[in-house]
Amino acid sequence: MPVINSLSELLQLQDQVISKQREEMGSEQFQGWGKEKYAPQALAADQELDAPGGKEIRVVLKNCTLIDPENIEHYIMEDGYQALATVVTQMTPEQVIDTVGRSGLRGRGGAGFPTSRKWQLTRNSKDTPKYVICNADEGDPGAFMNRRVLEGDPHSVLEGMAIAAYAIGASQGYIYCRAEYPVAVRTLNIAIQQARELGLLGRPLFNSDFVFDIELRMGAGAFVCGEETALIASIEGQRGSPRPRPPFPAVAGLWGKPTNINNVETYANVPQIILTGPEWFAGLGTEKSKGTKTFALAGDVKHTGLIEVPFGITLREIVFDVGEGIKNNKAFKAIQTGGPMGGCLPSAYLDLPVDYESLTQAGSMMGSGGMIVMDEDTCMVDIARFFMEFIQDESCGKCTPCRVGTHAMLEILTRICEGKGEHGDIEELERLCNITRKHSLCGLGQGAPNPVASTLKHFRHEYEAHIYEKRCPARVCRSLITVNIIPEKCTGCDFCAHNCPIGAISGERRKVHVIDPDLCVRCGICLQTCNFFAIVTTTGERVN
Amino acid sequence: MDNGSVAQEKVVKKRKKHGLTGVEEHNLLDQPPLNDPQKRALIDRILSANQDKPGSTMIILNEIQGQLGYVSQPVQEYVALRLNLPASVIHGVVTFYSFFTTQPRGNHTVKFCMGTACYVGGTPQLIDKARQIYNIEVGETTQDGNVTLEICRCVGSCSQAPVVVIDESMYGRIRPSKIGALFNKTIKPLEG
Repeated sequence: MPVINSLSELLQLQDQVISKQREEMGSEQFQGWGKEKYAPQALAADQELDAPGGKEIRVVLKNCTLIDPENIEHYIMEDGYQALATVVTQMTPEQVIDTVGRSGLRGRGGAGFPTSRKWQLTRNSKDTPKYVICNADEGDPGAFMNRRVLEGDPHSVLEGMAIAAYAIGASQGYIYCRAEYPVAVRTLNIAIQQARELGLLGRPLFNSDFVFDIELRMGAGAFVCGEETALIASIEGQRGSPRPRPPFPAVAGLWGKPTNINNVETYANVPQIILTGPEWFAGLGTEKSKGTKTFALAGDVKHTGLIEVPFGITLREIVFDVGEGIKNNKAFKAIQTGGPMGGCLPSAYLDLPVDYESLTQAGSMMGSGGMIVMDEDTCMVDIARFFMEFIQDESCGKCTPCRVGTHAMLEILTRICEGKGEHGDIEELERLCNITRKHSLCGLGQGAPNPVASTLKHFRHEYEAHIYEKRCPARVCRSLITVNIIPEKCTGCDFCAHNCPIGAISGERRKVHVIDPDLCVRCGICLQTCNFFAIVTTTGERVN
Repeated sequence: MDNGSVAQEKVVKKRKKHGLTGVEEHNLLDQPPLNDPQKRALIDRILSANQDKPGSTMIILNEIQGQLGYVSQPVQEYVALRLNLPASVIHGVVTFYSFFTTQPRGNHTVKFCMGTACYVGGTPQLIDKARQIYNIEVGETTQDGNVTLEICRCVGSCSQAPVVVIDESMYGRIRPSKIGALFNKTIKPLEG
């Protein structure tokens, strides 16, 4: 393939690729790559990404599934790299920053900091060399939007990074991708190689003196490395411990040099903002949150998977329209947004329009976009404990408020779930939440109290039931429930006994079966396997 | 501020002063896995290909973990020697990141995703079943060295919850009643 040296050569290549596709497919079938025609078939086989629903507008997910991510020609066909060519040959760095500013793009990693302002701050720093980093360490459990973009449309990220590098004056970029995403790592490596072969990376671009190259670095399984200063430490080859800010990375980041670090989705938006114009982007969304956002919908909804919608859509529309409602016709209980440092919102908040400000005001946060829907069979105290266990394990250990605060909160939450809750536990939890939030060094510790605080705020009665009545209303906490077989409904099919991991169920074929309460560990497997609704859990009788 | 090169200079000076370089290295090379010439050659290749890159520690350790399967104490000390860093620094990095193991795993690794969607979707019950089938706890390896059970962090396939990763392959929407059949299909028992 010849190396591309100008915008016109890029457009020529696009024409050639389109003609070749037309020939191969036959011109009746090919209708401008025929997204309308091919989308249903391609997307039908995809378990994560359906054809766009009525409320969706696909910007970042525009090409996913519909192009071959390991073939740069497909990206070129979809106007790929034309934004970069326009930027380098027709715009100054200041104009690029102004354009991104007018679009209203805010960081999609969770904090929502105005992207153009970050680029301007990095541009203003005089030290060199400067770096561009892409944060591809999508560690929030329940979030897989970035993974899809990296696997399905990697060039959009490379192009966005290159545009950022031009704007701030950098010549080297790093993508820090988590090791749990081996397919994304592979796709990125291929994309970088193909971009280099086409002359779009690693050499003076489009006959200018702007050179930019990208290197991929892998994480090694540390959630805290999604925090920007910990990520920088990890690229430097160290333990992923965050650093105090200021100085911010825009002033002193990677190896002490000015560094612009943005999320995958932030970069993926940039080429289209340049090509279609910032007014288009700013026309979507709400007054302060412009554009679209990808969300990963998971949990107890019928339709799980990825969606991309303009800001301003309500939680109710996400759960019941796009998500098609709760599985098995159970009742909605809560939706968890923003990852482990977000909060759980109950049904009273379903009409909340989704944008950065309103979610924060409600006691949760946008985070990276993971949304987990929970039905009536979820214990909110157990969920708080689950998140605290995760946070405690992932805490880097550097600062005392987080290291000790999360440990103390986890100890209390575990006791409560085991039926050993005491008077004063709730008040102590609230006190610890306050300290940890105010004094932790980084966002992990500052956000660690959020699951506890939001569940205490909206589901306090569940905590009180666990502590004062030794009862788990959702019948989840194993120490507080008993599993029983209803004799009148039991057909003696033996299926439950067959699946019991402990051997706690006994009974002859076709005769009523019985669970030994001293052997039973209340795992709930028998409940799931019984086809006759003959097994029930009760709570409040004993502490196991 | 680059602490790496300052630390390196201090370490090199100290080792030279105490005449330690030859002795330390000789002792390490007698221990497994460094006493296996193939494994030693593999580690040396990874080191020479990467040691001049900025931030090389993470790259080198990731490669050793990926190709050798573990980064035990002798390997950590050997890498430290080669990079002219204190062994404590390498040890600190290895123990910080959950991907690095200090002991070899079994022939087959079964990882249960503990992300929120999978937790809510039933991973704890899958773990109960697996513990019964293999008679080991999570984090342990079967006596015959064939199977290791572990939990892992969210792998980003949340719409397929609950997810089990067996070796390099991901399996979604697994039920406790079906997990035994999945193991039979994917894990070959040891011969004999």
